[in-house]
Amino acid sequence: MSQAEGSGGGTVQYIQHHLTNNHIGEGFMTWNLDTIIISLLLGALFVIVGGRVAKNATEGVPGGFQNFVESILEFVQTQVKDSFPGHHPLIAPMALTIFVWVWLMNFMDLIPVDLLPTIGKMFGIEYLKVVPTTDLSLPMAMALVVFMVSLYFNLKVKGPVGYLKMFLFHPFGKMAVPANILMTAIEELAKPLSLGLRLFGNMFAGELVFLLIALLSGAATLGIGMLIWFPLQVVLDLGWLLFHILVITLQAFIFMVLTIVYLGMAHTRDH
Amino acid sequence: MNITVTLIAQMIAFGLLIWFVNKVMWGPLSGIMEARQKRIADGLAAAEKGKHEEVLAKKKALEVIKEAKDQAADIVAQGLKRASEIVEEAKVTARTEGERIVTAANADIEREINQAKEALRVQVASIAVAGAEKVLKREIDAKSHDALLNDLAAEI
Repeated sequence: MSQAEGSGGGTVQYIQHHLTNNHIGEGFMTWNLDTIIISLLLGALFVIVGGRVAKNATEGVPGGFQNFVESILEFVQTQVKDSFPGHHPLIAPMALTIFVWVWLMNFMDLIPVDLLPTIGKMFGIEYLKVVPTTDLSLPMAMALVVFMVSLYFNLKVKGPVGYLKMFLFHPFGKMAVPANILMTAIEELAKPLSLGLRLFGNMFAGELVFLLIALLSGAATLGIGMLIWFPLQVVLDLGWLLFHILVITLQAFIFMVLTIVYLGMAHTRDH
Repeated sequence: MNITVTLIAQMIAFGLLIWFVNKVMWGPLSGIMEARQKRIADGLAAAEKGKHEEVLAKKKALEVIKEAKDQAADIVAQGLKRASEIVEEAKVTARTEGERIVTAANADIEREINQAKEALRVQVASIAVAGAEKVLKREIDAKSHDALLNDLAAEI
């Protein structure tokens, strides 16, 4: 709330400032540095911690942290088994990566909204959007990878002809080929779009609510109003925080399950 | 949304992350978990087998005990039978022996009675001779009357 001046313009500025990526380059060559760096750091954290656990893992009775990691693995494996017909060695690691990585990136949402940007400002970083999943580039990138994998599965399992047939004769049968093409194309394209946009929308909205809560006492920086606004802000922030623990897990879970389901649909012969 | 290098970079990053996760974490850890699962399953199977074997062994032990008991009972019965046989034999032996002894004793008695009779007869003869001597007041020539005396004695 350091930037909030109490006026409407200050509020808008504050929110806009928080929702601007630290980027270099323009147009196509825009590098959202904060998104890339934070997501890579979290990915590295995941791989390093997970790799260390896997390296020290025993076949015998697992210790505390190994147990925790294994329970996540087992959870993901169960989801894959339940939702993915047949077997493909890519699915389970992909689902695990999605679940943990998205969760870690969503978790950045729970860090107080002003903490990292303020620290960044001390080091001369003007803009810092802390939650990578609130940058549309990242959820859409993941959704596109899922889409590409599902394309690959479609072509591999159904064959090019089978895939084409699916476009031609689904869902209305042989009588309405043009409508079929349109419907199937919409269906196929809606999958990655909804997948990416859902995660982005949820996290963006959540972040926005955090920002608005943070603005509460900023709107009454001076005077007796602080006595009301500040406790209210704390209570609301805590409430939203607790709720958001559920939301970030749920969103990571949904992204994972939908990925498995979409890929499972692509991996079956009969559509 | 603008399609930017960020999107492409994130796609590559995502793909690489999946690869890393599979190589470093998923592969080894799920292998270990599978191995553990197998170990547990093996252990359970072994326990089940052990239980089964225990039941069998118990059954077998019971059978052996029963057999031993039967044998022991047989032996005892045989022993008892043998004992009663021995007693019976002893009885028979004792009876025969007793009869033999009684017969021998009877024969002895018979013999002694005869001896006594003989002796008595001789003595009666001599008493009769002495009585006759007294009656006749003279010496009877023993030699001349020997045949007579002997006849007398035999008559008694």
